[in-house]
Amino acid sequence: MSNTDIEIVVEDPTAPEADSPAVTSIRVADVAVSLLLLVLALTLGYDNWRTGAGWESTGPQSGYFPFYLSVILGGASLYGLVAAFLSRREASEVFVTRAQLRRVMAVFVPTLLFCLAMQFLGLYVASFLLIAGFMRMVGKIALWKSLLTAFVFTAVMFVTFDIAFDVIMPKGPLEAALGR
Amino acid sequence: MEALGLLMHGFAVLLTWKTLLLMMFGLVLGIFVGVLPGLGGPNGVAILLPLTFTMDPTSAIVMLSCIYWGALFGGAITSILFNIPGEAWSVATTFDGYPMAQQGRAAEALTAAFTSSFIGSLVAVMLITFLAPMISSFALKFGPPEFFAVYLLTFCSFVGLGREAKHKTVISMSLGLLLAGIGMDTVSGQLRMTFGSSELLRGVNFLVAVIGLFGISEILLTMEERLALRGHAAGISLRVVLAVWKDLPKYWVTLLRSSFIGCWLGITPGGAIAASFMGYNLAKRFSKDPDSFGKGRIEGVFAPETAAHASGTAALLPMLALGIPGSGTAAILLGGLMVWGLNPGPLLFVEHKDFVWGLIASMYLGNVVGLVLVLTTVPIFASILRVPFAAVAPMIVVSCAIGAYAIQNAMFDIWLMLGFGVVGYVFKKIGIPLAPFTLALVLGNRAEDAFRLSMIGSGGDMKVFWSNGLVGSITTLAIVLLFWPVIDWAFGSVTRMLRPAKA
Repeated sequence: MSNTDIEIVVEDPTAPEADSPAVTSIRVADVAVSLLLLVLALTLGYDNWRTGAGWESTGPQSGYFPFYLSVILGGASLYGLVAAFLSRREASEVFVTRAQLRRVMAVFVPTLLFCLAMQFLGLYVASFLLIAGFMRMVGKIALWKSLLTAFVFTAVMFVTFDIAFDVIMPKGPLEAALGR
Repeated sequence: MEALGLLMHGFAVLLTWKTLLLMMFGLVLGIFVGVLPGLGGPNGVAILLPLTFTMDPTSAIVMLSCIYWGALFGGAITSILFNIPGEAWSVATTFDGYPMAQQGRAAEALTAAFTSSFIGSLVAVMLITFLAPMISSFALKFGPPEFFAVYLLTFCSFVGLGREAKHKTVISMSLGLLLAGIGMDTVSGQLRMTFGSSELLRGVNFLVAVIGLFGISEILLTMEERLALRGHAAGISLRVVLAVWKDLPKYWVTLLRSSFIGCWLGITPGGAIAASFMGYNLAKRFSKDPDSFGKGRIEGVFAPETAAHASGTAALLPMLALGIPGSGTAAILLGGLMVWGLNPGPLLFVEHKDFVWGLIASMYLGNVVGLVLVLTTVPIFASILRVPFAAVAPMIVVSCAIGAYAIQNAMFDIWLMLGFGVVGYVFKKIGIPLAPFTLALVLGNRAEDAFRLSMIGSGGDMKVFWSNGLVGSITTLAIVLLFWPVIDWAFGSVTRMLRPAKA
């Protein structure tokens, strides 16, 4: 491989290590999901049965269509449960390694906090915090760059959605103080 | 021809500065979305959909479809320069595209990719122009049983022909149909599966689910990978473009074959991914010199790109004519149509002529404008990849949140989006396909209504689905497709049993 004319290089300072131990196998995840789906199918099936899954003089009742779908979903997840239990291939495959899980959490937890913060601070302030925080903490990017990018992006979003296109977003104390 | 006259009218609707500007804007956004890792056609269209809520339907669909074309073009840039397919359908492009870039022929490869994309979609758009009105006038004779049979056919072909484990496709589909049923029952007005929650009353919005399933989950998946990259930068000069175009006629067989494969797979729910691989493999098989593939052969770029674009475009044909999307992105565009109060399907051609022909004309124009745009701006887009993912990821999250909230102005939808993000992440990792889920979610209510209306019409007699030749053959075909693997296997074992007897 010639590297003579490689001109664009981007580094990843917090990349997950390749030799990290596995947290769990695909099989375990598959079994867990199948069980959850089975419970969901039972719950929805019961609810539709209560609504009425039979026939009226005019045709099928409200619960008819979803009831039989719950039966299909339940059947398929039961089959999936057994198939996952018996599968040797899935047992040997890694669902997620520890390093990968750490990285996934590094984006999931901030997203969760962002959704929470959005209810109190409004979308735009929460966005600013999310972008600046994420760039600084996960990307190890210089603080001034992080703050500047976050500010510019949030401002562009505000102008596009709130001013140009009139799409209403959740707002918090800052917007109220600015009179928007 | 009537179609040509209407198409000309469509062009007349489009040729205003405002529309052309929107088109450019959509294309730029689309290429952007296609180039960035962790964002693709369906996500891009879903996230940007709220931007169009305040526009009139024609401008909105023009912009959205241009985002789609842009994303299709954008995928090729990263495949060739960085060996990173921005989209699953550009994987086949990397086989020969990246070696070409390594040999310093990046500009040539990019020109080839863009030109063949253009040719592929042009062939598919022509197909749509002449076939869509015919199919829809035929479909105007459809009643509820026929429509239900067509929906059934779509669902069954996913299960029967999909490459994933059958039970996983069934799970994905029935889950989608169930979630579509949450909330108020459209026929009787009764509430179901709401468990007393007023938030669930509205039902699960299709677009919120899509933003979570494709946008958020894609970020989670992308974060698992090592995100460092190295690639080639390239500018395209007019000389290279003309040189590639001069050689184009030599490859007409490859181009035609790939366009045909793409159109065919686009209409049936096989999709652009299968088409691009098939186009590549067939080009290799029919080549006089198959060993040179994978080492930087320009045909290896032509073949998959033509097929992927032809199929991505052809996927819009069943959506327009029958109201059944042929791909994930088409499903989202369909969701958009419903937001603007347009009912996709054959009636669209009668009731909203302006809209339909404006859309078809925009496919022609969008591709021409797109080709010029990508050829001139590649260096700018390639340098987008210099932006570290740690900066891009939170921006995508914010865009997803804006998109999800704007649809119904509900905070609950944000949580729903987050939930679907986790579901999408887990489903992708354990091999439950998301395309049937998306399709079921968008078609669920219509399929149920069609079923119940036919039941009401027939007084509860299932024989209505075999009551005439048309509906009967569609229903039978659906059931054959559902059990296709079993039939295929049985057929295989019968011939195996017969063969020794003959010999």
